[in-house]
Amino acid sequence: MTPFFKPLAFGLLIAGSAALVATAADGTDPANALPGGDTTTPDHGRNAFSNPAANLDVDRQTPFFIGNSFFKKNWVAAPASTTGRDGLGPHFIARACASCHLLDGRGAPPPAPEGVNTEQPVGLLLRLSIPGDGGRAGVVPEPTYGGQFNNQAVDTVQPEGRVTIRYTEQPGRFADGTPYSLRKPSYEMTDLAYGPLHPDTRVSPRVAPQVIGLGLLEAIPEADLRAIAERQAREGAGISGRPNRVWDAVRQDWVIGRFGWKANVGTVAHQTAGAFNGDIGVTSPLFPHEECMAAQADCQARQQQEAQWRQGRGEPATDIDARALERTIYYTTTLAVPSRRQPDAPEVRHGEALFHAAQCASCHVPRHVTGKLEGFPELSGQTITPYTDLLLHDMGEGLADNRSDFAADGREWRTPPLWGIGLIPTVNGHSMLLHDGRARNILEAILWHGGEAEGAREQVLRMSRAERDALVRFVGSL
Amino acid sequence: MRLTALAALFSATLSCTALAAPATPAQVLKHYGELVHASYADTLDGARKLQAAVDAFVAAPSQDGLLAARKAWLAAREQYGQTEAFRFYGGPIDGTDGPEGRINAWPMDEAYVDGVANAPTAGIINKPEVAITADALSALNEKDGEENISTGWHAIEFLLWGQDLSANGPGQRSVEDFVDGKAPNADRRRHYLKVVTDLLVADLAGLEQAWAPGQKNFRTRFVADTGSLAKIVSAIGILSRGELAGERIEVALDSQSQEDEHSCFSDNTHRDIVANAKGIQNVWRGQYVRADGSTLGGPGVRDLVAARDAAVAKKVDQQIAASVSAAEAIPAPFDQAILAGSAGRAKVEATVVALKGQTEGLVEAARALGIKRLNTALPE
Repeated sequence: MTPFFKPLAFGLLIAGSAALVATAADGTDPANALPGGDTTTPDHGRNAFSNPAANLDVDRQTPFFIGNSFFKKNWVAAPASTTGRDGLGPHFIARACASCHLLDGRGAPPPAPEGVNTEQPVGLLLRLSIPGDGGRAGVVPEPTYGGQFNNQAVDTVQPEGRVTIRYTEQPGRFADGTPYSLRKPSYEMTDLAYGPLHPDTRVSPRVAPQVIGLGLLEAIPEADLRAIAERQAREGAGISGRPNRVWDAVRQDWVIGRFGWKANVGTVAHQTAGAFNGDIGVTSPLFPHEECMAAQADCQARQQQEAQWRQGRGEPATDIDARALERTIYYTTTLAVPSRRQPDAPEVRHGEALFHAAQCASCHVPRHVTGKLEGFPELSGQTITPYTDLLLHDMGEGLADNRSDFAADGREWRTPPLWGIGLIPTVNGHSMLLHDGRARNILEAILWHGGEAEGAREQVLRMSRAERDALVRFVGSL
Repeated sequence: MRLTALAALFSATLSCTALAAPATPAQVLKHYGELVHASYADTLDGARKLQAAVDAFVAAPSQDGLLAARKAWLAAREQYGQTEAFRFYGGPIDGTDGPEGRINAWPMDEAYVDGVANAPTAGIINKPEVAITADALSALNEKDGEENISTGWHAIEFLLWGQDLSANGPGQRSVEDFVDGKAPNADRRRHYLKVVTDLLVADLAGLEQAWAPGQKNFRTRFVADTGSLAKIVSAIGILSRGELAGERIEVALDSQSQEDEHSCFSDNTHRDIVANAKGIQNVWRGQYVRADGSTLGGPGVRDLVAARDAAVAKKVDQQIAASVSAAEAIPAPFDQAILAGSAGRAKVEATVVALKGQTEGLVEAARALGIKRLNTALPE
């Protein structure tokens, strides 16, 4: 039957910004417009990052919705009248997953109108460690404050302190004379509740990224990632990615790292349970203990009190039970990637060509085919375009945090996927990028690239304004 | 041009089977604009009655005044719930800068706004350093968390009813919470209630204007574009599955917690569900029973589908009617109906089954209209 509504024949529905999915009949590569393959959602509005994989059937969506409720739930201190969501803290950074990943999107550093933050960070946290062999933890936690700096706490416990961020502008010029300026942050922890930090403390600021397409990334075969590393080494162009090697609490094994800014986590399940525990202070069967350091007597006392309350009330020993955790993991595994916006516009195509010419695609590898992901046939065998190799690369002194994390050294960062990047302003109202949100837009993020990406950066510096605009427009279309 | 040609082709194809001249896409779109406008106009009217009741109450708090405001809130919700069928395509309600999150965001962490049983001094109302203005409360809405809700229907609901701590009834907030000398920050509580009610009215007035006839507004552009039909069908599919069956019912069935019910303070969730189900039926049939009891009728999506596949149209019509009936059979209060062992639980589950069925029916109906992919799962 020939459809009589011509405009509907392309199939795209909720076109908030009126994008159409290109079909093979149009002569374009469907994968180009559908970054998540059959899982891709057509939504380009405020909820662009909040949809279930489009190929989950009606019944398979149920755990997604239940998981969503746990993702946005504000946790409260125990004991509370609502037993399903108590167990916040004692120390914490956020009350809900959605505090940092608002609308499943990306966090930002706090506002700093005069170059100093005027609010405490929420979507940006500070990882802490001292040098040494971290074993299965990947790092040796700072001895007094632990692995993360908690600037919030429940009422009987002190917050660990406050975070001050100062930005200094670093001016530069493109080859055509156009000036630009990058802001370099420095971090200070003040109002320290438990005394001084270890003199050799290493600090790594990390922003919460958008939560889309994670199950697809987990489904990329390890062999394919190794093959990319081998290809980069073979090409000898100064680009030499390597996989991180991390301990996974779910598989109880060493696996390739895929998630986190240093690829320091191997699976969505570990990431989800780890964030509940480290960021919200919510224990689970996977991570049954909150981090209260030996020097933190108030935190430890509160922990013991909470355990007694739970026992007295006959509640489960952990704040979130196995079933609720499993639903939340289902949710974070199946959040869909939105389709691209105008992938075939001439300027976008021009930018795409420039992206490849500047060797960006050597690490931001466009295309992968997922393998089999246990329990998720919808995510298996999909052709996807995340624009990442999930490998670690030396990104130069400018971006270095000088803090190692499993096999990643202090100058290495994981190539982040680029899908969805152009919708962050729509969903989250900002365009801050990179691991600590220092880049205020896509072009600044490109200009921060150094180390193995120095050659690519230099090519961008030599581009004309029209070429830069095209490159940025292409990245924004992903 | 293209539309005329296609419509002509469509009529020619169907003339041998259809008895009456079938509705054209242009007619359906035109009527949709009227239906949406009437729905928002009724909602705005109801919200203004709520506003009048709130104004009278905060001027001289009394038990009668509080009951009158609650009654007005419940009445206005009957219309608002039906307008949710106009969400999910980036229209005036939830496009860029759309007010949806400010109007109807939930679940709400009530301690973000006012004191609760375990924390009587919690919330914005008990922080005198926070200014209570429309701008300030809008900026605080959904700040640092999706349950940090400071404005809209549910913030008003919490102020009117308070926490629901009883098994068999809604929240029992005392009128004394609004009386100076009887409760801390009573003046701020009164002011807060007025500011969020005024803001709700202003936001609804904006929606009414965006859909007003004879103006250069969203409606004019939307109904002139045949591509809008796909959005209209998709929206009722999303409301059926993702929002209503999923977020609003399945989550509560799973947790059996009133924290996960839509209107938890007033125990009005059973009516929210009916209103959503009716809103879907309104768009499908092109019929809307107005607040004054009159019926606005005209060509709906059903008529277009019937012209292409009468059997599918009939089936989906029955499925949607079955969902409305199933929703109407859910006993109040919803927070008791969802509990294991409750007689109401089977009714709630049956509503989910009916909504899932109608969702699959809508996908078929969309296919009959030439729509290849129907996304029905958009959550918050």
